[in-house]
Amino acid sequence: MFLISFLGTIGRVFLGFLGATGRLGIFMGAAVSHVFRPPFYPRLLLQQMISIGYFSLPVVGLTALFTGMALALQIFEGSARFNAEGTVAYIVAIGMTRELAPVLGGLMVAGRVGAAMAAELGTMRVTEQIDALTTLSTNPFKYLIAPRLIAGTLMVPFLVLVGDIIGIFGGFTMAVQALDFNAGTYIKNTFDILTNLDIISGLVKAAAFGFIVTLMGCFHGFNSRGGAQGVGAATTNAVVSSSILILSANLIVTQLFFSN
Amino acid sequence: MATSQTTPKIIIRGLHKAFGSKVVLDGVDLDIGKAESVVILGGSGSGKSVLLKCVLGIVKPDSGSIKVDGVETVGMKGKERDELLRKFGMLFQGAALFDSLKVWQNVAFGLIQGRGMARAEAKAVALKKLGQVGLGADVAELSPAELSGGMQKRVALARAIAADPEIIFFDEPTTGLDPIMADVINDLIIASVRTLGASALSITHDIASARKIADRVAMLFNGKIHWQGPVAELDRSGNAHVDQFIHGRAEGPIRMQVLRP
Ligand SMILES: Nc1ncnc2c1ncn2[C@@H]1O[C@H](COP(=O)(O)OP(=O)(O)OP(=O)(O)O)[C@@H](O)[C@H]1O
Ligand SMILES: [Mg+2]
Repeated sequence: MFLISFLGTIGRVFLGFLGATGRLGIFMGAAVSHVFRPPFYPRLLLQQMISIGYFSLPVVGLTALFTGMALALQIFEGSARFNAEGTVAYIVAIGMTRELAPVLGGLMVAGRVGAAMAAELGTMRVTEQIDALTTLSTNPFKYLIAPRLIAGTLMVPFLVLVGDIIGIFGGFTMAVQALDFNAGTYIKNTFDILTNLDIISGLVKAAAFGFIVTLMGCFHGFNSRGGAQGVGAATTNAVVSSSILILSANLIVTQLFFSN
Repeated sequence: MATSQTTPKIIIRGLHKAFGSKVVLDGVDLDIGKAESVVILGGSGSGKSVLLKCVLGIVKPDSGSIKVDGVETVGMKGKERDELLRKFGMLFQGAALFDSLKVWQNVAFGLIQGRGMARAEAKAVALKKLGQVGLGADVAELSPAELSGGMQKRVALARAIAADPEIIFFDEPTTGLDPIMADVINDLIIASVRTLGASALSITHDIASARKIADRVAMLFNGKIHWQGPVAELDRSGNAHVDQFIHGRAEGPIRMQVLRP
């Protein structure tokens, strides 16, 4: 008896998961197809680009700065065990551009932008503003979702590029100020090791993460139900699901770029 | 406001809608003529708002037919639906104003986004419509959150009629307004039907307002149109449900689900 109800629960959870994946897939198809079909709303796109790109700069910048500094310190301590302190500049540069700036930047944007989007669209849904849009002959996918998706996919790479620079600068500051590295050598080592692929792979990740964050924010907000509680749940779900998707997409993109 | 003899603007037949196991509409049949004003009466939760949303396509009916100008609209999507909705103006029960936009931008929204009118021209129209619902140019620059409930309702009304639609739906247009402003709104609805020749479908719990704006009254009960007739026959409908409703009596065939003290 217990076993059957246990299996039943697993089955229901699994079916629920499949259903949710299907709904998300349909939503994504509709959203992406509307990105490419007129009418376009350049004014709204600009507004979203500013709110995602410009206003996330402090959060992403501080994250990158502290991470770069901590990374330099950790690598210094670790590499000192086998007298390889010279690798600090290499590891900070590669670690920030390939991995830490995109992933941490993506997670910060998920918390800041994804949550706000889910809350905003969720409130519009429960107060019937989305229905009102439809009755005013305006497609909510084009008016609300397309500008957000485009802005997210374009602006998160920009944020990550800034994060790369600030993160490497943070590592440099830590190394030169606290660990007595020679500034000129550190900079030379950084430029010697960095390749275009390091930076580009990070930016490709960033574009994917920007798409994921805005898609999940829009999806959960757009489909929220039932008042303040529903909007709260949509916000939580948007942040949790985009964080998990970011971490798994990070693994996939890393494998695509570097697994041979 | 004589009903024209041509085919009705909207023909609803056998409309069914259930949410889960809860049947809300159970075979609604209703016509709205050209330049006719129909008022739907019915208890709270009887499905009046759902009926309007089915016609607009915001809620998908389970079965039934809705024809607008003779064209079947159930299952219409995309461009076709956008075109259809150009004929409609809708006042939502909860106003549903866009809180990221100013009042005048709300009113002008359908003109600018839906019809591609220039902003300056649309703003002039919006200010005129706001004037008709008793709101001045100072209010036009505020955001909806800065308005009282009744003011929001009037802005939503101005938005619904801004594009001079052929069909206007009013979901409780006078709820939350003082009696004088309510009567101003009644006159505005009548004017929309008379001067613009629009077809209007209104929901109201305000019997005085219903008497004033309706050509015809329909009573929704148990998911069906229980009674309908010209407004002049409202008092001699011979229908116990209608009598109970218009006199606002707790005792009668309509039973509210409440615990009696
Ligand atoms: N999206 C929905 N999901 C589930 N149930 C719904 C939904 N919309 C409406 N209902 C249910 O349908 C019934 C009719 O709702 P509706 O809003 O049409 O009532 P109404 O006649 O407009 O009432 P009122 O006069 O209070 O506005 C209600 O019992 C409501 O619970
Ligand atoms: Mg209602």
